[in-house]
Amino acid sequence: MNHWLTAPILIPLLGGILQAFMGYAPIQLRRTLAITTTVLILGASLVLFSMALDGDYRMYAFGNWQPPFGIVLVLDRLAAFMVVMTSVLALFAHIFSLGGSDEGNRQFHTLFLFQLMGLNIAFLTGDLFNLFVAFEVLLIASYGLLMHGGGTIRTVPGLHYVVLNLIGSAVFLISVGMIYSVTGTLNMADLAVRVQQVTGENLQLVKAGGMMLLVVFALKAAILPLCFWLPRAYAKATAPVAALFAVMTKVGVYAILRVYLLVFGDQAGPLANLGMDWLFPLALVTMAMGFIGALGADNLRSLVAWQVIISVGTLLAPIALGSPAGLSAALFYMLSTTWTVAGLFLVASLVAGQRGTAGDRIVTAPPMRNRTFLSVLFMVGAVAAAGLPPLSGFVGKILILQSVPAGVEMAWLWGVLLMGSFLSLVAYSRAGSIVFWRTVDGHLESPPRLTGPTSIAAGALIALTLAIVAMAGPINKYTDATAAQLLDHTRYLEILETPVVGEEN
Amino acid sequence: MELIFALVIGTLTATGVYLLLRARTFPVVVGLTLLSYGVNLFLFSTGRLATGQQPVLGSAETYSDPLPQALVLTAIVIGFAMTAFVVVLSLRNLADNEDDHVDGRQPQPTEPSKREREAGSK
Repeated sequence: MNHWLTAPILIPLLGGILQAFMGYAPIQLRRTLAITTTVLILGASLVLFSMALDGDYRMYAFGNWQPPFGIVLVLDRLAAFMVVMTSVLALFAHIFSLGGSDEGNRQFHTLFLFQLMGLNIAFLTGDLFNLFVAFEVLLIASYGLLMHGGGTIRTVPGLHYVVLNLIGSAVFLISVGMIYSVTGTLNMADLAVRVQQVTGENLQLVKAGGMMLLVVFALKAAILPLCFWLPRAYAKATAPVAALFAVMTKVGVYAILRVYLLVFGDQAGPLANLGMDWLFPLALVTMAMGFIGALGADNLRSLVAWQVIISVGTLLAPIALGSPAGLSAALFYMLSTTWTVAGLFLVASLVAGQRGTAGDRIVTAPPMRNRTFLSVLFMVGAVAAAGLPPLSGFVGKILILQSVPAGVEMAWLWGVLLMGSFLSLVAYSRAGSIVFWRTVDGHLESPPRLTGPTSIAAGALIALTLAIVAMAGPINKYTDATAAQLLDHTRYLEILETPVVGEEN
Repeated sequence: MELIFALVIGTLTATGVYLLLRARTFPVVVGLTLLSYGVNLFLFSTGRLATGQQPVLGSAETYSDPLPQALVLTAIVIGFAMTAFVVVLSLRNLADNEDDHVDGRQPQPTEPSKREREAGSK
């Protein structure tokens, strides 16, 4: 039992409840408290990270129920990695929102903190049904955040997003029910044991349940047939919300990593590597679709939204192949792409604010203010996203390319990824040169000045790509260890034997 | 009982999916509701159907599994909140776009293609 595990969940919960009651407090007070909460979450996640470094599993059993009978939180390297990645991103997105985008809705900070709570539950839980609840918590907060900012442009993408995710929730429940009806458990460690013992006609039930679960995670991660909701929704969201949503698709990727490696891993007998042979081609097609979409984007924000889809495809291809090197490379690339894409969303919003009515559309417009600062940010972000040396996207992509053993898969992955990276380079250079270089005569009527919080947040998120390059050695060592831990199931199963707190102490 | 139960779940789900594919928000919301009813009943049945049994192991030969009931309760609460939200969102869509089409506007009637025009003139 380790009570620290509840900290990244309880802090945003309490902070969010506080915000909910403070809707009419002065905005300065609300902002101070909200940022303090996010900083505390970051602190707690760093504590968890330092605990996870030794490679042991830590467990928290709610209500002191011995697993598998109660719900457990489990901390391992992967969970700590995701929590830290999310809280760093959330802190900068939150700082950005202080620049004025948190106005107009009294509950913005409440929703933001509840969203963080949902994300952290999803990363830490060791229970399949609890994962569903976490998804619902983060989704209902994200519905509110997506609509934040008013205006009619967000209504239709918001409606599509909500309806799709409600259908996703229904499918999730059906698959959880199918798996439960056979195995009689929802604890992930226990499931991993029980799935090996499934035989006969029950096998098909679990198989169907597992494949439906993959559909749900694919919807969250936005894999090809289920990705068309994403560009419109993300491109229309307010900047800090879009930046935070950069991590939402990664929740789907995380769930695939967690559930499929643990429950349907190599040891699962007839159900081993369920769905992974579907995932690889789908990931490649998703990637290709993303590159085409990026080429066709007519404004900066949808360009970045398509980049989200590209990165999901790039992430899932090595995960589907499942080699230790591939998993490690995918995790490295996930860190890089999440922060870069979030930074690009913030930069795109800053650019839109400086160009008057042209907004972030890729058209020629009168010269913008603060062009040097914004264009440097955009260039660094674009170089990192397209995967050019020397920035972190390049390192991530090299690691992914290296991880594939020679064969048909290698030919496909190298072909799609390299060809596509070239196309995305074309897309970014076209967008950058039109937006920043080509200007028409005229002047803007007093565009708003860049404020401190927004430029700091956008600059810092983009600068993180440099930090990742500088720290590439240690980060790669950590992701290697994470991949090794993910593929070694026996240790995870020891959670079932962990003693709960006795009555005497 | 199993047959009736399965038929009810099937009917609810099929009706829900059919309504979800409609182009107006009202049928879509009703479809979502029906789908969630179907899902809840399905979840309920995953603990096997039994009447008049105790949820205690060992006290009788058969028992009724209490866990799916807890799951259903959670799913009902979440589904209720989500339905309320989607109703409000649909109303807002209607108010914003003065249309309850799920895309906010009617699809534009496309120009008949050349071949269709030729076929029409014949």
